[in-house]
Amino acid sequence: MSSSEVTRDGLEGVRPGREARTWSKGRAARRPQAHDHPGGSYYGRPIINPPVWQELDIAGYLFLGGLAGGSSILASAASSTARPSLARRSGLCASAAITVSLVALIHDLGRPARFLNMLRVFKPSSPMSVGVWLLSAYTPLAYAGSASDLLRRAPRTGRVAGAGAAVLGAGVCSYTAALIADTAVPAWHEGHRELPFLFAGSAASAAGGFALLAAPLTETGLAARFAVLGTVGELVAEHRMERRLGVVAETLHDGKAGKRLKLAKALSVAGVAVTVAAGRRHRGAAAAGGAMLVAASALTRFGLFAAGMASAQDPRYTVEPQRARRAAAGSAAAARGRPA
Amino acid sequence: MSTTDSGPLNVLLRGGDPATLDGYEDAPPRMGFFTDTSVCIGCKACEVACKEWNQIPEDGLEWLGRSHDNTGGLGADSWRHVAFVEQRVPVGEQDTNLEVSRDAEGFRWLMASDVCKHCTHAACLDVCPTGSIFRTEFGTVVVQEDICNGCGYCVPACPYGVLNRSEADGAVHKCTLCYDRLGVGQEPACAKACPTDSIQFGPLEELRERAAGRVELLHEAGVPEARLYGHDPDDGVGGDGAFFLLLDEPEVYGLPPDPVVTTRDLPAMWRRVAVASGALLAGAVACAAVGRPS
Repeated sequence: MSSSEVTRDGLEGVRPGREARTWSKGRAARRPQAHDHPGGSYYGRPIINPPVWQELDIAGYLFLGGLAGGSSILASAASSTARPSLARRSGLCASAAITVSLVALIHDLGRPARFLNMLRVFKPSSPMSVGVWLLSAYTPLAYAGSASDLLRRAPRTGRVAGAGAAVLGAGVCSYTAALIADTAVPAWHEGHRELPFLFAGSAASAAGGFALLAAPLTETGLAARFAVLGTVGELVAEHRMERRLGVVAETLHDGKAGKRLKLAKALSVAGVAVTVAAGRRHRGAAAAGGAMLVAASALTRFGLFAAGMASAQDPRYTVEPQRARRAAAGSAAAARGRPA
Repeated sequence: MSTTDSGPLNVLLRGGDPATLDGYEDAPPRMGFFTDTSVCIGCKACEVACKEWNQIPEDGLEWLGRSHDNTGGLGADSWRHVAFVEQRVPVGEQDTNLEVSRDAEGFRWLMASDVCKHCTHAACLDVCPTGSIFRTEFGTVVVQEDICNGCGYCVPACPYGVLNRSEADGAVHKCTLCYDRLGVGQEPACAKACPTDSIQFGPLEELRERAAGRVELLHEAGVPEARLYGHDPDDGVGGDGAFFLLLDEPEVYGLPPDPVVTTRDLPAMWRRVAVASGALLAGAVACAAVGRPS
């Protein structure tokens, strides 16, 4: 009950204002501050739960899977065009890279002993399920191709296995783009149009780069062309992705991701330049160009992984594009509803 | 009972009851939650009841400095999370001299109990590679913990940040809408414990009607900011099985403003993966054809 009265001089007996009661002035009461809720978020907490994947395992797999798939393609192309040294080295690279990949993938599981549970079902709605089956078919073929080549046994079967590994290897290179894009992680999902091309290009760059590093000069022409083509494709796809991502593209330029991706681009350009300029004549130049391309591919994958993590951690990258989308949908609906 | 044929193609291209679409015959009505945050008092009884019934361990004894919220968010060991927002907003003086000064510096609480949304188009279910996550006959989404191998794919797939992997056992855990209690005709533990009926459980159709009435009532009572969240079957996730009445923008409560199930774009992704793979092979063939070894 109020005791205030209206008098000629104004209100009398008015109780102190609301502020005095909710925040005692004498106490160092902590008031809610604008920075509690940056950008209208809940204490700056991420909206989505960021991936629990370990960087070394998963970014490492994105790189090694690409290296393996690309190397299988290169090995098959080399063996059918009489480049035996290139075929052998790329084939072995593919087998080794996919073996390490499988170890990394199983290591990353919360319950590694249950990895076979992935073979209970086949779900096209899950890129991971598709990937598991793809790897299950690809890996034996890659092993068989390499084993036949090394042991000089059953060359025809080996070549067919190698060709099979090449076809499936193309899938191994690029399905990983769908794997990470099929999440709510802003930098990955919003890049879903370009990532398959970026990953395919990066895989060709890595595989070609490794071959330049490992194979004799007489046979590296194919690898050099493959690497250069892949690197150009990768850079074009990355450029288009950066342009389309809007505010989320900040995560590709800032912090750890920005450093890695910048260095990756510089190495890509330098690697291509060295390979084109002197890769045919000097063993050292070919090796240097190849090494730069392999490193660039690895840095690209680790950079994109870090960008995804950064975009998941900061609620701004989830909220702002969604707000913009909702506003656009709202104004489109309003425009439709307006009488002509 | 089918748990594996719920791909994006068959779910996204059709509307209707998710349990029926996933192969249940004579499925019971779809059950869900309507969480009316306008009457939440922040008692956290829902969090405690959930932990107790589902035997969930503690998830870190921490002081977060976020008002009364020391839970942080939803995760493997928090299936209900009460958000506390303290806002400085212009509100009227609450005195009998009802001189409503909307520019006065006032204060209000927003409290909201968050939970798994049991989406119509559930990204976690779509991407789970083991078939561990499945749709129940009540239209809810449940993790079979003895199948989950902890791949963690569902964690970033969820647009709401609901699922997480447990440090303790390496598997993913989340709200089951008390599947065990539903099976014997009981309501979920959180709804049972809620003292203000902020958490209401029931057939989704009925809850949607009730919620629409509640919003109308609040608007009439002079609370124009009241709005429903997750109730619309035409939104990016096909509507939530657990939806909310909010008093501010969703992001203020830590909810995404316009969530979309990530697998909606998956057919387009697969097409581009196929094109990129083809281009890679074609490129290799071209590179091999251009120059023969000397």
